[in-house]
Amino acid sequence: MAENTNSSNSHLDYHKQKKKDEMKQQVITFALMIIFTIIAFGMVTSGLDKLFVVPILLLLAVVQVGFQLYYFMHMSHKGHELPSLMMYGGAAVAFLTVLTMVVLVWW
Amino acid sequence: MSSTIAQKRGFASTLWDYLTTVDHKKIGIMYLIAGGFFFLVGGLEAMAIRWQLVRPENDFVSAGFYNELLTMHGTTMIFLAAMPLIFALMNAVVPLQIGARDVAFPFLNSLGFWLFLFGGVLLNCSWFLGGAPDAGWTAYAPLSTTSPGHGVDFYVLGLQISGAGTLIGGINFLVTIVNMRAPGMTYMRMPLFTWTAFVTSALILFAFPALTVGLFLLMFDRMFGSGFFDAGMGGNSVIWEHLFWIFGHPEVYILILPAFGVFSDVFSTFSKKRLFGYTAMVFATVLIGFLGFMVWAHHMFTVGLGPAANSIFAVATMAIAVPTGIKIFNWLFTLWGGNIKINSAMLWALGFIPSFTIGGMTGVMLAAAAADYQFHDTYFVVAHFHYVIVGGVVFGIFSGLHYWWPKMFGKILNEGLGKFTFWTFFIGFHLTFFIQHFLGLMGMPRRYWIYLENQGLDTGNAVSTAGAFLMAIGTIVFLYNVIITSVKGEKVSGDPWDGRTLEWSIPSPPPHYNFRQTPLVRGLDPLWIEKSEGRKGMTPAEPLGDIHMPNSSILPFVMSLGLFIASFGFIYQTSDKSWLSLVFIGMGILLGCMFIRSVKDDHGYHIHKEDLDKEAGL
Repeated sequence: MAENTNSSNSHLDYHKQKKKDEMKQQVITFALMIIFTIIAFGMVTSGLDKLFVVPILLLLAVVQVGFQLYYFMHMSHKGHELPSLMMYGGAAVAFLTVLTMVVLVWW
Repeated sequence: MSSTIAQKRGFASTLWDYLTTVDHKKIGIMYLIAGGFFFLVGGLEAMAIRWQLVRPENDFVSAGFYNELLTMHGTTMIFLAAMPLIFALMNAVVPLQIGARDVAFPFLNSLGFWLFLFGGVLLNCSWFLGGAPDAGWTAYAPLSTTSPGHGVDFYVLGLQISGAGTLIGGINFLVTIVNMRAPGMTYMRMPLFTWTAFVTSALILFAFPALTVGLFLLMFDRMFGSGFFDAGMGGNSVIWEHLFWIFGHPEVYILILPAFGVFSDVFSTFSKKRLFGYTAMVFATVLIGFLGFMVWAHHMFTVGLGPAANSIFAVATMAIAVPTGIKIFNWLFTLWGGNIKINSAMLWALGFIPSFTIGGMTGVMLAAAAADYQFHDTYFVVAHFHYVIVGGVVFGIFSGLHYWWPKMFGKILNEGLGKFTFWTFFIGFHLTFFIQHFLGLMGMPRRYWIYLENQGLDTGNAVSTAGAFLMAIGTIVFLYNVIITSVKGEKVSGDPWDGRTLEWSIPSPPPHYNFRQTPLVRGLDPLWIEKSEGRKGMTPAEPLGDIHMPNSSILPFVMSLGLFIASFGFIYQTSDKSWLSLVFIGMGILLGCMFIRSVKDDHGYHIHKEDLDKEAGL
């Protein structure tokens, strides 16, 4: 116990710093997400070629989902190994299934 | 303890208790009763099918009614008998095996059950309301989209509702197993039944949405004039086949994996040995789960996907034989050198190995795409899937029921009657379905209501029907066994089998809070470890304290009732729009209940330490 109380100050500082860093990351991510959204709307309204717009839109969407999961839903923290495994496993299976089905039906 | 309290209560209060319960053990019993009932209904339909086919050009039922019978037999057996019976075992056992006091979401557990039951009742209402669905349990479009009457509408909404219940149940078990394991119960210390329940729940989570989507599209096509499966409107009927089998193939692994788990626990308990190759068994289970998603098109080899697609799916399908083979050999090695005790549970497990292996072998034959052009839509396919589903899933359910009956009800099922059931059912099963391989090879197509005489099909069909009667006798004797055991059976201790896993460390039937103190798990087969070190029971992981329990609720029942009412509105609004009022009433009930559930705080209650002491007689 004694050791804990001695080190509690530095412990607190460490956590404060960590929280601060996290806050900074969240603000940056938030700004980025807003910029991405503006870009997305801008591209659609500017009347660029569809073939160019759609892939970029999808890419921006995927990045935004990543931001959302890792910075706002804290998947970057420890203890999320199983949820990541389930999500990536599920996404891989779903992607493969949808891709195969689309190819088989409409190729 | 709890059962003596129940006996003192009146019938109405017991009924109310079961309608509102959120206790996983009681929900397990309700799944067992409901699943058992639908198993009998599906069995009756099967007997009618077999009686129609007992001789050439029989006129026991009409062609249209035969279509309804075969559709409802398949649908009932898969969705309303096998699935809930698997859920019965999972509910009764999984929380006990991981040392939990309840599932993660007791309210959702109850909701899942009532959704399944109302869905099943809705589906069977069709018998009395102008005819049951008649497009086969696969409901292929355009047969299903053009089937007259409301039969297929009942299929769509009944399965939609009960499917939602299954999805809820699956998510619940996933969360339970991830979050509620007792201290020390790492993933690689979980009993194999819990592992298979875990993988099965993951499969439910990923497979059922495909069915949900397919059913919604079918619903829109039939009721609201869309054309997803109508080539005339730019749709494509093959999409239904894809969606159905993207769900349908994982579904058969959803059914068989828990049965594999039952056999693993039974073999290891009655051989008095640690399960051979535990790690390999776990990885084989996970691998089967993954591969199960990438093989669905082997149901569609003759659709015309082309040789490349057919070959890929053929090879992927054959690959599943590898992890399954690993399992078969691990079970055999578990038996090898064990101190084997053969009772009813063990008999079902032993009977499973050769039966399922035959089914697996014909599975590989069917997986060869070129050969499948010959087998497709013949009785060979019927024989194959009955060998894996009856020989695997039904044997597993019987084995699991004999094994866990004392844990669920505190009494051991009569051994003599149990063995009689096994032998009549086992012989009847092989008599019914083995000959169907040859009927199929001789060219008898499935789903035909009559066949002509002197085509070499007469004897085979008569033998098959005789076998079906033996299976029926076995089932009736099992029912008699259940009744006689509950009336006359003697109470047994908490650990009648000299068990290895956590569920045997608590009384039978368990108190409603399961564990007085959460146990400390020190390895695989935790109870066995304690026993082999001379201790009587588990070492607790926590001091005795107040136990937090969830409150009962009638809301799940009412919510399911709301959807049930709304379904009739959806089905009949095609003929008269005033039926839409039922949709609003039903959905109103559902949304109202959801609102109440959301705004009303329900923190559960505590069982106090002093009451626990009193109950234990301290």
